[in-house]
Amino acid sequence: MFSSTMFASILPEILLLLLGMVILIVEPFWKEEKRRNVGWLTAGGLIASIFISLAFAQPGEPTSALGGMIRFDWFGFFFKMLFMFAGAMTALLMMDHQRLGARGEAYLLLLASLIGMNLMAVSSDLIMLFLSIETASIPLYVLAGFMLGDDRSTEAGFKYLLFGILATTVMLYGFSLVFGFSGTTNLYQLAEMFRVGAITPLAAFGILALILVGLGFKAAFVPFHFWAPDVYEGAPTPVAGFLSTASKAAGYAVLLRLFLVAFPNPSLSAPWTLTLAIIAALSMVVGNLLALPQTNIKRLLAYSSIAHTGYTLIGVVAFTQLGAASVIFYLAAYILTNLLAFGVAMAFSQATGLENLEDYAGLSRRSPLLGLMMLSAFLSLTGMPPFGGFVAKVVVFAAGIQAGYTWLVIIGVLTSVVGAYYYLNALKFVYLRRMPGEDEASHPIPLSRPYALALVALTIGVILIGTIFAPWFNWADAGALNLF
Amino acid sequence: MVPLSWYLIFSAALFSVGLFGVLTRRNAVAILLGVELMLNSVNVNLAAFWRYGNVTDIAGQVFAIIVFAVAAAEVSVGLALVISIYRKRNTVIADDLDMLKF
Repeated sequence: MFSSTMFASILPEILLLLLGMVILIVEPFWKEEKRRNVGWLTAGGLIASIFISLAFAQPGEPTSALGGMIRFDWFGFFFKMLFMFAGAMTALLMMDHQRLGARGEAYLLLLASLIGMNLMAVSSDLIMLFLSIETASIPLYVLAGFMLGDDRSTEAGFKYLLFGILATTVMLYGFSLVFGFSGTTNLYQLAEMFRVGAITPLAAFGILALILVGLGFKAAFVPFHFWAPDVYEGAPTPVAGFLSTASKAAGYAVLLRLFLVAFPNPSLSAPWTLTLAIIAALSMVVGNLLALPQTNIKRLLAYSSIAHTGYTLIGVVAFTQLGAASVIFYLAAYILTNLLAFGVAMAFSQATGLENLEDYAGLSRRSPLLGLMMLSAFLSLTGMPPFGGFVAKVVVFAAGIQAGYTWLVIIGVLTSVVGAYYYLNALKFVYLRRMPGEDEASHPIPLSRPYALALVALTIGVILIGTIFAPWFNWADAGALNLF
Repeated sequence: MVPLSWYLIFSAALFSVGLFGVLTRRNAVAILLGVELMLNSVNVNLAAFWRYGNVTDIAGQVFAIIVFAVAAAEVSVGLALVISIYRKRNTVIADDLDMLKF
């Protein structure tokens, strides 16, 4: 009944739970002014959990664990490590936030959400999938509306909640129909049902459309993207960064496993991949075009994240092993890059209280380091070598071409050019404009220790993943192999 | 015995009524009520499929119970957010929440 594999398969989640309990116990004993140190504890604990998991809980051959509820494989493991790293960086970025930094429950909610995301990446049962999606979402609703006195934050939290529960309920209706038609909730048994054609393609297509609403909300692709700009703008910036990276990646983990494992039937996947291809094209076009007129940096990053969802989807559309590997690689590069971008925005608004692009004028002279970090983040988002975004775009486009979706890749390349305009436009303020009528040297931007640590780590990560990309891609490929 | 399709039609109707409520109501609490209707339609589906399918497999029942629990958690967070908005802005009308706009 009880085996070591069972324990190893949920070791990261056990460690997260223990860490949360330690935080709950320790936090009341710290004085108010020292309480932000909970952030160090969270980040340190998460990094330690990553190393402990790497040492003791590496998966071997893919196996089912805990009564078929979860799948213990490299695919899920790779995603778990990504989420925990993103969580550690977010905890560091939260430390100096006026309203989140000294509140232990904020870190606890972050950990609860991470447990949900970790389980999302490994669930192989519809019940587990629903439960883990909700475990990941509900703490994020609270975190988005965490700043109670702030009208914009509560409004963002409420909007996120409304869109979120509506989307997951529609998805849940789809789950109930899947269960009814097939009589099973296990994804791997479902795959067998679909292979023998127990469900007519038309019914399956309808059910998949319902499920896609829920996953589309998580990953924020068109036409389920309306919440993203509002929520990113209103939510506390570190939370917005976490939403746009880890939460999105968790949506993709489910999307990949669900579609590549449970619905491999070609008569079904052909119309299905076409639908996803159209969604990908729309996301790239809408995201990039709507980002053009934005003046608030968080809204700009929100629309850019919608566009990046489109690029990532190209890998899912490809429906091949290279495609799945390229999605994982893209998400790894994107998590590093976008956390860096949000981190820079966070550090800047912390020091100045401003969020508009014009306010970034003269940043390179006010803080050369921060300017350089913003340059790496935005050039990586544009897709320039030697940063991670370049290699990520190359592999995604390669997977698209290999699968015969040349038209989609052409749209991707063209919209990337549109993207270059607004990313470089933001950098124009940083490097070319001067602060109007002021001496920049007298307005330095101080970087506190947690910011400096997180931002430097992310910058190094963005450059590493773009230059020494072979090991990263091999891990992504090993993960993708588990899906076939 | 009542045929399975009756339950499914009932649940689809309940789902549609709930969705209609969510999309047309302006009061935030009424929107949450609409979502509750949709979640209950899912439960009707699950219970009916379990009863007319393999009764010894309790997955359907377990699923329905978990849906209950999660729905309660969601709505409690939702109402908490509604209360925090009401305290600050004295409104529960969704249309009035328009600070964040394109």
